[in-house]
Amino acid sequence: MNCNKAIKEISGYLDGDLDEALKHTLEAHLTYCNHCHAVYDSTRKTIDLYCDGKLFSLPEDVHTRLHEALKRKMQEHA
Amino acid sequence: MTELPQAILASSEGHLVSEAKAGNYSAFEELVNRYEKKIYRLGMNITGNREDAEDVLQDAFLKAFEHLPDFREDSRFYTWIVRIAVNEALMKLRKRRNSRELPMEDSEDDNGEVVVREFADWKPNPEQQYAQAELERILQQGVNSLPPGFRTVFYLRDVEGLSTEETAELLELSVGAVKARLFRARLRLREELSKIFKRG
Repeated sequence: MNCNKAIKEISGYLDGDLDEALKHTLEAHLTYCNHCHAVYDSTRKTIDLYCDGKLFSLPEDVHTRLHEALKRKMQEHA
Repeated sequence: MTELPQAILASSEGHLVSEAKAGNYSAFEELVNRYEKKIYRLGMNITGNREDAEDVLQDAFLKAFEHLPDFREDSRFYTWIVRIAVNEALMKLRKRRNSRELPMEDSEDDNGEVVVREFADWKPNPEQQYAQAELERILQQGVNSLPPGFRTVFYLRDVEGLSTEETAELLELSVGAVKARLFRARLRLREELSKIFKRG
């Protein structure tokens, strides 16, 4: 497996989408290719960073305005 | 914020929906309390800015309140509100003048193959090396570097945790198109973050 092919398969590998044979070939490549291993590792870390629930936290004023808008809507319906 | 009754706070999502449909507004407020953070994050991830994210948040919940009688409860309320919010966010993007689906030319070669330029290992624990606000700015910049269609797929699959099939259905794309966009989005984001987080 060359590096171009390895990089193409990293996304599927992270999702557990690869068949066993392809998975083993990619894993073998990642053990000896530092470049591709760095791409694999940093792709995984990229996903982890965006999954972190602390990011893009809801600002208090946005929360307040949402609930005020909701109250107005509920009064219209009452 | 108004204090909600203890019974409402401890209710299941299904019970809250039934109560809200029966006219108990406290129950709907509790549904908003449970999911507002996630829907705001959805708006930030897809639209890439605070103003639009706030609009998405408000419009999605107000629309859900308005159309609650039509909600058939054959899916979770949360899935329903995500669907409404994604549509609101996509509408926002379509209204923007610069929201055309541009190819990610600088990260693809002449044959449309993804080009990886950053091969260095990252510094350990980048999330601990930056203040929260700075990290958010870096990640937001990364998201903004993606065309909207790619950003939305990345958000739904990797942040929201929807399956490839669910994402395809929601965005009316083929499964193959979702996988291809996800692959490119992940590599592009990684490339952007690598410029900042690489060692040395």
